[in-house]
Amino acid sequence: MERTVTLQIRRQDRPDGPSYWHRFEIPYQPQLNVISCLQAIAELGRTADGERVPPVAWECGCLEEVCGSCTMVINGRVRQACTALVDDLLAADGEVIRLEPMTKFPVVRDLVVDRGRMFEALKRVRAWVPVDGYYDLPTPRIEQAAQQESYPLTRCMTCGCCLEACPQVNEHTGFIGAAAISQAMLFNQHPVGRTEAEARYRALMAKGGIGECGNAQNCVKVCPKNIPLTDSIARAGRALTFYAIKHYLDK
Amino acid sequence: MVEQRVIIVGGGLAGLSAAMKLAELGRPVDLISLVPVKRSHSVCAQGGINAVNAITRQEGDTEYRHFDDTVYGGDFLQNQPPVKEMCEWGPRIVDLMDRLGVMFNRTPEGFRDQRRFGGTLFRRTAFAGATTGQQLLYTLDEQVRRWEVMGRVRKFEGWEFLGPVLDHEGICRGVVAQHLTSMEVRAFPADAVVLATGGCGLIFGKSTMSMMCTGAAAARAFRAGARYANGEFVQVHPTAIPGADKHRLMSESARGEGGRVWVPARPGDTRDPLAIPPSERRYFLEEKYPKYGNLVPRDIATREIFNICVNEGLSVQRGEYCVYLDLTELPPERHRKLEGILEIYQKFRGVDPRTVPMKIFPAVHYSMGGLWVDYERSASGGLAAGSPRNQMTSIPGLYAIGEADYQYHGANRLGANSLLSCIFSGLFCAPGIDCYLAEALKRSATDLSARLFESAAAEHREQFRLMAGRFGTENPYTLHRELGQTMTRNVTVVRTNAGIRETLEKLDELEDRYRRVGSTDGGGWANQNVVFARSVGDMLTLARVIAEGALRRDECRGAHYKPEFAIPPPRGDDPVTLRAEALRWCQAFRRQNERWLKTTIATFTPDGPAFSYEPVDTSLIPPRPRTYGMVGAEIVEDVWKQMQAEAAPAPG
Repeated sequence: MERTVTLQIRRQDRPDGPSYWHRFEIPYQPQLNVISCLQAIAELGRTADGERVPPVAWECGCLEEVCGSCTMVINGRVRQACTALVDDLLAADGEVIRLEPMTKFPVVRDLVVDRGRMFEALKRVRAWVPVDGYYDLPTPRIEQAAQQESYPLTRCMTCGCCLEACPQVNEHTGFIGAAAISQAMLFNQHPVGRTEAEARYRALMAKGGIGECGNAQNCVKVCPKNIPLTDSIARAGRALTFYAIKHYLDK
Repeated sequence: MVEQRVIIVGGGLAGLSAAMKLAELGRPVDLISLVPVKRSHSVCAQGGINAVNAITRQEGDTEYRHFDDTVYGGDFLQNQPPVKEMCEWGPRIVDLMDRLGVMFNRTPEGFRDQRRFGGTLFRRTAFAGATTGQQLLYTLDEQVRRWEVMGRVRKFEGWEFLGPVLDHEGICRGVVAQHLTSMEVRAFPADAVVLATGGCGLIFGKSTMSMMCTGAAAARAFRAGARYANGEFVQVHPTAIPGADKHRLMSESARGEGGRVWVPARPGDTRDPLAIPPSERRYFLEEKYPKYGNLVPRDIATREIFNICVNEGLSVQRGEYCVYLDLTELPPERHRKLEGILEIYQKFRGVDPRTVPMKIFPAVHYSMGGLWVDYERSASGGLAAGSPRNQMTSIPGLYAIGEADYQYHGANRLGANSLLSCIFSGLFCAPGIDCYLAEALKRSATDLSARLFESAAAEHREQFRLMAGRFGTENPYTLHRELGQTMTRNVTVVRTNAGIRETLEKLDELEDRYRRVGSTDGGGWANQNVVFARSVGDMLTLARVIAEGALRRDECRGAHYKPEFAIPPPRGDDPVTLRAEALRWCQAFRRQNERWLKTTIATFTPDGPAFSYEPVDTSLIPPRPRTYGMVGAEIVEDVWKQMQAEAAPAPG
């Protein structure tokens, strides 16, 4: 018999609707990833039991793990679907591949969630360099060591893994999560970005800021780009302590 | 005073640059994008951005040399003034991006580091690791977010452009778009509209492009009357990782940092690549092009890799075409600069490219063609700054920039020039649009009757309703797969008229079957099925423009390669024969340019695209044979120079 791959997918038609599971079977090929499985399911249009169902909704973009779109929970672990290779999943977790939407963001439909809060958090921590304008002006010289420290932080693709894995990200805390804190620190170490450092500290001290971090360190473990998120959080913590003392003394 | 708004569709490098510059000029901007702009396809660009810099300048480089490399690389098919202007802006653009916070790699002294790229002998490429596109995109995203907070930019992410709104004079007055979650269709009035919607690689099924690069927006503008230029020029990148869902780019910077392409000299050699001694390897690019080596332009490298696998049977893997791209000899600091792409290879192939040569093969990568756009030439041969004509399509008030336009890369784009052309066209069009709004436009969109917008939206709403409710036997995903297969087989690296005709017949069949596409999701919420089916129709529209343009063009130029019309290279054992042969070659070359050194223009008609041709402005750098120092090229170059000298009027 032809070899197949079985996928169990948690579905949800609307944000306020119930969730339910569908099982799909697609022909096996070498070098499949979860995206190519979802593409095959879209073309197939029916479940393993032969029931015709609307295709599964999911988000994807680059399929090279640089855009961050296709984050979902695969066999219980949050990651990008494009780099989730079927052979590896079958070897590690057994015969069935289980796909679910992330739980820390509102579900839009099936595997699609709304990560808008992450982009709002970038506004809150003023994640930009406040330049004078876009005319032609001399550039700053930057030390190689400084570039090497900043570059890893610039690779954050706002994918949501660190929020999904963090026990402190929930409705009660309103925690903005590791990604935004790390971005705040990135701009605070830029020669022009740092002119807004105090505004960023105030944002990080407010509700939902760094005070909510419980130091579980899950964020750094799930980050697909190995961004040193806990280092950023630790540095933010120290900087905030200095800032708070200075602020107190200046009163 | 009535507020004049600008709509930008697409939030990659071009769209974000335009948004940021227009915002600075005081113009309110509505930014419409399929995806959160931070996830646009520009993230995939890896290797870097070209600009003359202090170091290359001291090695003899100038903006003019960059300009010359670009038009020579593009096989002289570009109008030269926009390219000249772009190259002159290169250093300013890289400086600006540096100021905005892009973490370009640094030298020990703190200057920007540079690397080599294809099609030039200078180290002209600034880079941020091997994720330069991502870094540039994020930096522009940050600036636009800053303007969003200040209220100058409004973002509409998760909206799809369905078509422009034209008034009774044919002037663009806004767009109709659909929200991809609620499926709401509405009109957005504006006084100028900019399409920054990228390329159309998905027409070829699997490519290096992101999944939203269908060309749908350009196809919709085309059907509304915008002219489409040079569609047949599609770049196939020499080095990609073949995959089941897509082909993943392996940056040219891998070769820029010293990576070498080779195959075993003996067909079917199954030894571990590292066990094959150098004497039994063929570094075929280095052999044939000693001057540029592994860094010949992409169209040439792609053809050579294709040839060595398909015609010479030297593929390194049985049953599949691929060659080695070898980085194992590079020192660790070079590997560090390439970390982003080495990581991609390792994640998808499970093999460490630092210790094992990568297996790669060409894949569709970039659309040189695109929406036709205008420009105004300045007295010095560049562009007139602030002219409303710059980047305007054939529909007044509708602009196109970035990969969606056709302007900068001719018949073949040089690596690391796309990031430059995207940011340049975005920044440079802004003052022109500002001027268009202030002077050229007589009436604002807000003065027009609301009925114009309502009826445009109603029409698109009805089309969606019909598609979503349709029962049919055809499956859009299957049609797309077959489209990709026929286009890849016949309209990529090697093209024959018989093959292209076969594809055109297949397109007839697919168009017919497309009318019977059924919807598997009648739902009015996040309906990805109907959205995809709709884009298949747009891909079919552009596929015909590409294939028919390719059929008509009976020559070889850049990425468009038809062996039936190749001029046979000069051959001969003695200098006299060789010289006679070179003369024959040059005469054929001149005739070919007289016939085909022209821009292909496609115009929409209900019966299929109508074609016409437009002269190319080559007034600054006269066309010449494109040899890249291949073995034996000197004599051709010599004869060509002599012919040019004889044709020129004698000094009086």
